[in-house]
Amino acid sequence: MIAVLEHELSLYYHSMKAYVFGAFLLVFTGIGSLLYNINASVANFEYVLSFISITFIALVPIMTMRTMAEERSQKTDQLLFSLPISTTDIVLGKFFAIVIVFLIPVIIICAYPLIFAQYGDVFLPTCYGTILAFFFLGVALLSMGMFVSCLTESQSMAAGICVVVMLLNYFCDSLSEYVSSTVVGSIVGMVFVILIVGVLVSYLTIYVIGGILVFVFLALAVVGAYIYDSTVLEGLLPNIMEKLSLFTRFETFVNGVFDVTVLVYDVSVIIFFLFLCVQSLEKRRYNG
Amino acid sequence: MIEVRNLTKRYGSHLAVSDLSFDITPGKIYGFLGPNGAGKSTTMNIMTGCLAATSGDVKVGGYDIFEQPREAKSLIGYLPEMPPLYMDQTAEEYLYFVARAKGLKKKEIEAELDRVIEETHIENVSGKLIKHLSKGYRQRVGIAQALIGNPEVIILDEPTVGLDPAQIIEIRDLIKTLGEKHTVILSSHILSEVQAICDEVLIIHQGKLVAFDKMENLGKTLSSGNTVEICCEASAKEVKKILRGVDSIESVNVTEENGETCNATVHVGEADPKEVCREISFAFANAGKILLQLNPVKANLEDVFMEITKMDDVSGDSAEAGLLSDVGVPAEKEPTEKSGQDINEISVDDGVDDGTNGKEAE
Repeated sequence: MIAVLEHELSLYYHSMKAYVFGAFLLVFTGIGSLLYNINASVANFEYVLSFISITFIALVPIMTMRTMAEERSQKTDQLLFSLPISTTDIVLGKFFAIVIVFLIPVIIICAYPLIFAQYGDVFLPTCYGTILAFFFLGVALLSMGMFVSCLTESQSMAAGICVVVMLLNYFCDSLSEYVSSTVVGSIVGMVFVILIVGVLVSYLTIYVIGGILVFVFLALAVVGAYIYDSTVLEGLLPNIMEKLSLFTRFETFVNGVFDVTVLVYDVSVIIFFLFLCVQSLEKRRYNG
Repeated sequence: MIEVRNLTKRYGSHLAVSDLSFDITPGKIYGFLGPNGAGKSTTMNIMTGCLAATSGDVKVGGYDIFEQPREAKSLIGYLPEMPPLYMDQTAEEYLYFVARAKGLKKKEIEAELDRVIEETHIENVSGKLIKHLSKGYRQRVGIAQALIGNPEVIILDEPTVGLDPAQIIEIRDLIKTLGEKHTVILSSHILSEVQAICDEVLIIHQGKLVAFDKMENLGKTLSSGNTVEICCEASAKEVKKILRGVDSIESVNVTEENGETCNATVHVGEADPKEVCREISFAFANAGKILLQLNPVKANLEDVFMEITKMDDVSGDSAEAGLLSDVGVPAEKEPTEKSGQDINEISVDDGVDDGTNGKEAE
């Protein structure tokens, strides 16, 4: 894993990608600080982070699009598979390389509140709490981007899909207001979502039957819930959509609450998508 | 060294590799031969763990490539069809990564890199970015990558494709020297290349192993056998008359006659072409005719290849059905289901039998 990590870092810093990523993040943080902390004279650095979290929509695809898509198009994935390292090593090595590239600008950002504290009253605990959550949010989104990159051979395709995923994630919360919250609407919506999950599972893992089982199991759960107590299903779909959004959860920190469940959710998202990465690579090895 | 048992790979409904079995013994250069799309690359990808098989086993040095991939893969150096290079790195950085991934310790790496760089003669370019290297040098860097860690088996998938003639010769020489220390398996659809480098040849056709034998033995399996080309000052009639006296000749085929000289191809079957040449020479001398050229032509791989792949087409079709019904062999005892050398002998014999049986039936 260390070998892949070193190698990925060397690739990131050989090309402009890591520098562009870091520079953009810092430029937007600078602009945010200028707007909120200097112009509006607000002491909360959290607002700046909330403001710049939208840049992830563009930055995450830039960072992650090449991860696996390039390996595939350049056929270098054959080298990785023929080396005595496991698929998990490959995925983790790549993932931690991205995390380190992201961590460097975040460490620089950590200096900002301290600088502002020289000139006024800054409540540092919420600042650093939010920076921590910001870091976790970024890593979770990067792991999603990495997974998207595993799905396709073309980098631009990976970037395109990744932007869509990021946008959906960002606007999930506002979209949920327009989704039907009636029982029937929920059932239809849920079955549709479950169908997508089932198809994804069978497409990504080497077990087609797994996807069917997941679909049947979840569909039965919905039907069971309907029979048991149909009021449970009321507003279920919009609720789920609200809960799914990583960005919405991040706002809790911006509002000054250190919510561990948010971090736990981020970590679960990371593990889930890394697992899917490994599965999709294994699947490709199986299918050629 | 490598045992392949009943290897089958299916892409959807397409059967890429079908029930392949063979053994690779250490210290030889093996040639993997087959037309495009015969399943060479697929087989090599499976042997190196890049692809999973639909069924069957591959064992490398006793380790199963699917069950104990780490141990098995560390015994293999693999150069895929397209050298897997990272264009934005220098050759040295790239090799360093491969060495690290193969689990070499940091102290050993420098010496190891020096060794492979020297062995593949890329000293001059090791500091350059790979994207600035010529195709020949890229191929060398790819081979250097396979050599890191001194693996026992080196697998090269079409190592000379896309190179210019001078580079092809360089790479061939390199492979020959590799063969002194490693077991080398190389695939190619260029027959002369395999003939020039390899000790043993595996011929794959439509995902099946149709021949596996030493280079020299493969020629013998040809139904046409070896031939001798002659050019003499005599008429076609005279040539046939003179050669009738030589016992070891099977048939004579006059190819060209222009008044003074006559060209002919003499089929010698199982006999030693050299011995036949001697006899032909005597025969012409005794008859008082002048022999201008006497050229023993050894059956080349091209002929073997064409014959075997053609035979397989035939045996897969009506001819074999005819044979099976004639002899009453159950259908599952198809010759292609068997492995290794047997296949070769059987399919060739079958091909011959096919003809005779067919004639008898007529």
